[in-house]
Amino acid sequence: MSDDELIWRVAGGSGDGIDSTSQNFAKALMRSGLDVFTHRHYPSRIRGGHTYVEIRAAAHEVQSRGDGYNFLLSLGDSFARNPQEEAYYGNEEIKPLSENLDELREGGIIVYDEGLVSEEDVEEINLEERAEENDWHVFPMDLRGLAKEHGREVMRNTAGVGVTAALLDMDLEHIEDLMSDAMGGDILEANLEILHEAYDMTNEEYEFEHDLRAPTGSHDTEQALLSGSNAIAYGAIDAGCRFIAGYPMTPWTDVFTILSQNFPDMGGISEQVEDEIAAAALALGASHAGAKAMSGSSGGGFALMSEPLGLAEMTETPLVLVESMRAGPSTGLPTKPEQGDLEFVLYTSQGDSSRVVFAPGTIEEAYEQTRLAFEIAWDYQIPVIVIYDQKLSGENKNVDVEFFDREPAPDLGSTLTEEELKEAAHDASGKFKRFNYEDAENNVAPRSLPGQKGGRYLATGNEHSPVGHIEEDPDNRVAQMTRRIEKLDTIRDELDEEHPSNQTYYGDDDADYGIITWGSSHGAVAEAVERLNEDGHSVKGVTVSDMMPFPEAEMTEFLESVDEAMVVEMNATAQFRGLIQKELGLFGEKMTSLLKYNGNPFEPAEVVEGYEVNLAEEDREPTAQVRIEPAAGD
Amino acid sequence: MSAFNAIGEEREIDRDEFTPGVEPQPTWCPGCGDFGVLKSLKQALPEVGKTPEEVLTVTGIGCSGKLNSYLDTYGFHTIHGRSLPVARAAKLANPELEVIAAGGDGDGYGIGGNHWIHTARENHDITYIVFNNEIFGLTKGQTSPTSPKGHKSKTQPSGSAKTPLRPLSMSLNAGASYVARTAAVNPNQAKEIIAEAIEHDGFAHVDFLTQCPTWNKDARQYVPYIDVQESDDYDFDVHDRREAAEMMYETEDVLKEGTVLTGRYYIDDDRPSYQQEKSAVGEMPDQPLAERYFDEDSEWERSYDLLDRHK
Repeated sequence: MSDDELIWRVAGGSGDGIDSTSQNFAKALMRSGLDVFTHRHYPSRIRGGHTYVEIRAAAHEVQSRGDGYNFLLSLGDSFARNPQEEAYYGNEEIKPLSENLDELREGGIIVYDEGLVSEEDVEEINLEERAEENDWHVFPMDLRGLAKEHGREVMRNTAGVGVTAALLDMDLEHIEDLMSDAMGGDILEANLEILHEAYDMTNEEYEFEHDLRAPTGSHDTEQALLSGSNAIAYGAIDAGCRFIAGYPMTPWTDVFTILSQNFPDMGGISEQVEDEIAAAALALGASHAGAKAMSGSSGGGFALMSEPLGLAEMTETPLVLVESMRAGPSTGLPTKPEQGDLEFVLYTSQGDSSRVVFAPGTIEEAYEQTRLAFEIAWDYQIPVIVIYDQKLSGENKNVDVEFFDREPAPDLGSTLTEEELKEAAHDASGKFKRFNYEDAENNVAPRSLPGQKGGRYLATGNEHSPVGHIEEDPDNRVAQMTRRIEKLDTIRDELDEEHPSNQTYYGDDDADYGIITWGSSHGAVAEAVERLNEDGHSVKGVTVSDMMPFPEAEMTEFLESVDEAMVVEMNATAQFRGLIQKELGLFGEKMTSLLKYNGNPFEPAEVVEGYEVNLAEEDREPTAQVRIEPAAGD
Repeated sequence: MSAFNAIGEEREIDRDEFTPGVEPQPTWCPGCGDFGVLKSLKQALPEVGKTPEEVLTVTGIGCSGKLNSYLDTYGFHTIHGRSLPVARAAKLANPELEVIAAGGDGDGYGIGGNHWIHTARENHDITYIVFNNEIFGLTKGQTSPTSPKGHKSKTQPSGSAKTPLRPLSMSLNAGASYVARTAAVNPNQAKEIIAEAIEHDGFAHVDFLTQCPTWNKDARQYVPYIDVQESDDYDFDVHDRREAAEMMYETEDVLKEGTVLTGRYYIDDDRPSYQQEKSAVGEMPDQPLAERYFDEDSEWERSYDLLDRHK
């Protein structure tokens, strides 16, 4: 837990404008030279329910939400229910204050809207007593009154930001600039007035006794604040993807929305369709006809895509699907993250699977690996799945603007032109040998597109001959099946040679204890490893992104180099550890698991504690809602 | 300069071009109505000036799904019930292609029913041929969505308690802009209707009665058939929704009693196709998307230029 960071939590009702307020505040912190990382908590009720966003900001790199937080701006829930509902839900107005206190660090700051919550309510939750115990500094402010006086009630967020800035001794310049970008006219005037009034009032009304101030830092290069969903969508755009089909489902909807909004100006096509079977089938149809196409969903919708996915494998149609995991089974926890769909995504659909699966762990990887997904899909004519989760989807982090300054890659990979088709092999009737296993370089048989001269063939989900006709001859079957499956070996070779960075290594290289994780748990684990090493332990870590084809050599080397390893993942059945054992056939006795499936992502401290309990073989359970799954044989 | 030079090629077209020069020969049973669909397509395609390589035939699963094995065009034999979403996306990606989707009554009206409704609703510019034999043939004779009430099969041993689906009425209500029924036993009409359906700009649905002599022996061979346009007994305006709806309803009713009515049921030439609707709201590229990837002058937008909103 470092003192040089701000973790600001803004809490309020759904509809209180938490999103835009936090987005702008995060940008203001970023513009002031800090690294920022945001975490969004979603309520699980449709109507109402309160919510919060956390912004972690520091002069150093921040990779996760951190542990707990140190500044609460509780707006109160202005969308509080009607009196009848109070019987079910209790007092809603106070909840953004009362329900957020447990994770507030010692010495933290609380600002709440005394214009919205009553004195009696505050008394009822024993705020004063608790504040004393924890050395919290409490600042009641009439945010609602302030907003009403100079503008409208909804502007009380702005008042809250003004109070925050005063308490943290922040310059208002960046906040003002961002407001000016987002609004104009009377609304801007009113908001600016409220911002300054709140800032001045705070300074006038209170003597500050707290130590917390906004950190100061600087960036050498221009920064942009992006979510994982943005990064995936942008990776697709830069790979030349211009066709997307989908059906709404949280949290995948974000990627679908971003591309749907951008495509009309880019000559792209977006289709919202009747169900996810259709969505994947449309992407397949568009790809078959020559577009770089994608689809995606979350677990429930992805279940419907199993059949088109298998068809893409069998017909060797390039396709990119993204799967944004949320906690299952079934409808599960619709707005909470989990890494429980790994085995499902690896193996769903009948028959032996031949697909590539990447699990990006960071915003930058989300971009890189989506780009790579398109490159591999079109080069090797194979479906590639990018699996991520609600956490990576919604979190925002600052990224160097220059990171995105690169050439687009709309190349269609192993697709022939009409000129090239003239040279290609055809059967006696003039049909193109689309699935020609005899000369397939890298196990890839180049394809033609409908409408090209000299390229006609049949694509079929049945086993087929080189020109695509249904064919059950055993020799042909073995030749085609082997070629399709062995593409994965070729892809592995290419990844090893050209993209070793898909796995991220950190910590002490000489350590004999390893921590392994995958996907979006990366940030918390990487911070935990850093902290453990700072505290005198010797630990190395790796975050794996290549789920299929599995990075066998790299993982063997890593596991051979340690005596013990802990695999950290957000699911209940240790799916990734199972994959390692399946792929390597070894190391079962070396690996324990740290599992979390309560709907919240790992915090670094939980990983640290998991290590301590594990290593010391202490006879105690971890305090957090995590579970330790012993190594094989233990 | 197009990357797809088979499209729009002006030349004499021989119907034999649509017959694969090498195996496979059709494996449909002798007397199967599916031969009728194949034949009418081979006749209609050259007549409307289409060459094999500018046509994409997308099929589902079932006896009907084998159509593109025996019709020499570009083909995509997909999965059960999913020919329509594959077909309509291919058309969006390359609107210059002639896209024909085909499947059986189980494929299209059963498992793929949702796609049929929405493809009709959106009025995609494709032709959809449903081989309607009122039975599941490939899986050996189970009751299908169009099997008559009381139909006995291995899976409905006491006779189906279900009223058959009304394919023409459904299609009209869903939004198809061309709806017709023809029969394998009526080759001239079939060829004409298929040709019209291909030329129609919008979703053209042809319910094609294909007798199954193997698994639906009790069913009629769809003879004698009556062409509602030719017969003096029927008089309705094919461009009028209400009259079309009534005629369809009657056609579906009398089929149960063995009277086979066929012909054009509904034609709406004014309704814009989905592609036109999408263009009108500014969400269709002017240049076919599939062409763009071959266009060396194309300037590809990049995410770097979108970053202002994130700064």
